[in-house]
Amino acid sequence: MAIAMTLNGKVHSFEAEADMPLLWAIRDLAGMTGTKYGCGKALCGACTVHVDGEPVRSCSFPLSAAAGKSVTTIEGISGDGSHPVQVAWRELNVAQCGYCQSGQIMSAVALLQKTPSPTDQDIDLAMSGNICRCGTYTRIRAAIHKAAGSAS
Amino acid sequence: MNNDFSNVSRISRRDFLRNTGLAGGGLIIAAHFAACSSDKTLAGGNFMPNVYVNLMENGDVEIVCHRSEMGQGVRTSLLQVIADEMEADWGRVTLLQATGDAKYGDQNTDGSTSIRKHFDLLRNAGAVTRQMLVNAAADAWGVPAAECRGLNHAVHHEASGKSLGYGELAGHAATMPVPEDVTFKSPEDYRYIGKPMDLIDGLAFTVGTAAYGIDTQLPDMLHASIERCPVVGGKLKSVDDSGARAVAGVVDVIQLGDGVSPPGFNPLGGVAVLASNTWAAQRGRAALKIEWDGGANASYNSPAYREAMEASAKSGGLQVLARGDVEAAFAGAAKTLEATYFAPMLSQAPMEPPAATAVINADGSCEVWACTQDPQTARDVVAGALGIEPAQVTINVTLLGGGFGRKSKPDFIAEAALLAKKTGKPVKVTWTREDDIRHGYFHAESCQYLRGAIDAQGNTTAWLQRTAFPSISATFGSTDGPSAGELGLGCVDNPYAIPNMTIEACKAEAHFRIGWLRSVCNVYHAFAANSFANELAHLAGRDPKDYLLELIGADRHVIPADSGATYTNYGQDLGEHPIDTARLKAVLEEAASMANWGRELPRGSGLGIAAHRSFLGYVATVAEVSVSEGGAVRIEELWTAIDAGTVVNPDRVRAQMEGAGIFGMSLTLHGEITGTNGAINQGNFDSYPVVRMNEAPTAITVHVMPSTARPGGVGETGVPPVAPAICNAIFAATGKRVRELPLRNVSLV
Repeated sequence: MAIAMTLNGKVHSFEAEADMPLLWAIRDLAGMTGTKYGCGKALCGACTVHVDGEPVRSCSFPLSAAAGKSVTTIEGISGDGSHPVQVAWRELNVAQCGYCQSGQIMSAVALLQKTPSPTDQDIDLAMSGNICRCGTYTRIRAAIHKAAGSAS
Repeated sequence: MNNDFSNVSRISRRDFLRNTGLAGGGLIIAAHFAACSSDKTLAGGNFMPNVYVNLMENGDVEIVCHRSEMGQGVRTSLLQVIADEMEADWGRVTLLQATGDAKYGDQNTDGSTSIRKHFDLLRNAGAVTRQMLVNAAADAWGVPAAECRGLNHAVHHEASGKSLGYGELAGHAATMPVPEDVTFKSPEDYRYIGKPMDLIDGLAFTVGTAAYGIDTQLPDMLHASIERCPVVGGKLKSVDDSGARAVAGVVDVIQLGDGVSPPGFNPLGGVAVLASNTWAAQRGRAALKIEWDGGANASYNSPAYREAMEASAKSGGLQVLARGDVEAAFAGAAKTLEATYFAPMLSQAPMEPPAATAVINADGSCEVWACTQDPQTARDVVAGALGIEPAQVTINVTLLGGGFGRKSKPDFIAEAALLAKKTGKPVKVTWTREDDIRHGYFHAESCQYLRGAIDAQGNTTAWLQRTAFPSISATFGSTDGPSAGELGLGCVDNPYAIPNMTIEACKAEAHFRIGWLRSVCNVYHAFAANSFANELAHLAGRDPKDYLLELIGADRHVIPADSGATYTNYGQDLGEHPIDTARLKAVLEEAASMANWGRELPRGSGLGIAAHRSFLGYVATVAEVSVSEGGAVRIEELWTAIDAGTVVNPDRVRAQMEGAGIFGMSLTLHGEITGTNGAINQGNFDSYPVVRMNEAPTAITVHVMPSTARPGGVGETGVPPVAPAICNAIFAATGKRVRELPLRNVSLV
């Protein structure tokens, strides 16, 4: 069946099963690979995208639930990497392997949209669904503060 | 070779040719100088002085990275070394990732070897390039090369004020003989080495364009998901694939046969479902009805195995190190202590699970895109699986979404190649997280039996250690004991100045594919040694840091062979990379100082310390923990000092230590793989948890010791001290001694 949505600002229609997770539609059907698979069970956050501005784990979010909505992936955050979160990530050289960072950035962007000056506790709450096996957490925390303009 | 890099090193031409694999033959000609004073006309064209550098006419430089990037920052640091010695402008340099090919030398990215084993090779590649450009300019100008200098992408002749850009010189440099000797830059002239250069992949990482093994897309590609026998060595009894074939999008179901014994790097076999997208392949696979015969390894159950391994460690084994007379020391001791430490199996669980794409071309050759730590071995294994020559296989190395040792095994790559051959189409194999955790190459579970003696003054007089763990060697052949290489990972290289010491290696059979995980055997050896040293300190009524310094003893180079031990020193010369107790004590003192060791802490809080040399680097870590009334542990803060000798990118060294802190915390708090009837009980991050943001310490402070010593390893060096530092801190906080990991199985109430 055809399921239409706005994907990174453009109307996109998927011809797919209604229960296909949004993750695989984005990756395999739309061919946009910035959104990552990590667990398939909403446990690791590597697949985080925004649906109408809310962060969701696309590996466990059926395609049909995104119908008619606006989906934003890492590729749609700024295009050129100029979003303050992306800039802060680079300034602090947050990434190690980089694989989870798409999801980390999507969660951080969503956090700052709601909470422009988050505390460490806010960050813990918003970011604990995103696993980084390389262990970049302390830099992620610092980068979020920096992007928020609250870095010392 | 001199240990001090402040002296200029000279590399012979023979070494250069050997190191780079360049063809020799008739190029040994002394540099010659043109007789005429007018400038020559420069020839155009590219300049490829070796396999790592391609200087183009327009001045752009391509530098080849022959090592795999998995988060250690090698694509940045390798570039720093070559570009620095070449005197290249950072802004003119781009990086090409090498395919798997012996012409690049050793590409196996494990053992923390990229800098420690390749620093001189990389410097040489840059220095040869610079020297040939200098020689080209000197030839063109008719002046002695010694009067010319390569500096920031140009060659300058001070006396005449002439200069030529590297691009202008490229074609002419290509006609120059390869110099017999090259002079490395002095460290004070380094432009990039030792500087915290930004990640060259930084932009790609933040905009989603970084391409990993899982991201390959080819026209007409099929996606595969494979059901494998839950027990290593088991066989397929029957399969009903009618349900799978009925799933929309499923194209084919293919039996891959059974795994082989010993498993080695070979695929595990199983039943593959191929579909037009990943989701359909996974759904189709879930609809397979399969019966397996688990075979001999179905006898494995974790509790019974642990009991047997502990019995093995307590009863003794093959003596692999002995000095003095431990029995006499125990007989004459004021106090003795014995302890048994256990650490479970672990899974590397890189965030990107194993994934590879392969296509068979019309001429029978195979092209692969994969997240591999070891592309040359991948090439050999794929060639073997397909029955073709390695030269017919191209392994394109993608970025690795973490590796930690898992991706040094190319079994998943051979799966993709076999399915591409069977289907005649490009095939991508994507392991699910459950596949990754259930069908891995596990870090061995281990048991360490320790017995120690102290005299009336509190000095440790005897140390008996018996180590038991199933060997990685069992993955490749039949063995029930540790290899010498494994015993050299934090066991027979024990640095303590204890007069009577015996170490024994005990039997333990393997029932799974045992493999490398970041820091390998150092994880459990350092846990046991640093925990037991801490126990002895408390037995002697001494401060644990002071006691550890005394155990390490006088400044000296420890020679395991003097105590009868076989020691391989991470494949490098013990003279060039000694076990230097002064360096181990220095990081210990530094970490203690950073943490303000000895300060008063509130009730329920404590500091713990541990120090360990591994991969030729020295690391000490202090952990501050708090333990709640209910027994919940929080790691508040970590302080780490590392001496890795000369470092290329201090910010990446710090990042590796920060990451090692989290990786070490994960295995301390949560990490545990167990089996029932030979099948793994865990499957995803719910049953195999790792540290998340809410558990991350407030700060991980890292100090990189300034050093001009030869480079040591970094990537794995930081993990071993973390678990014992935390457990020693828990003792300081609660008086409860932790002798088994992970902490989630230990009651601290």
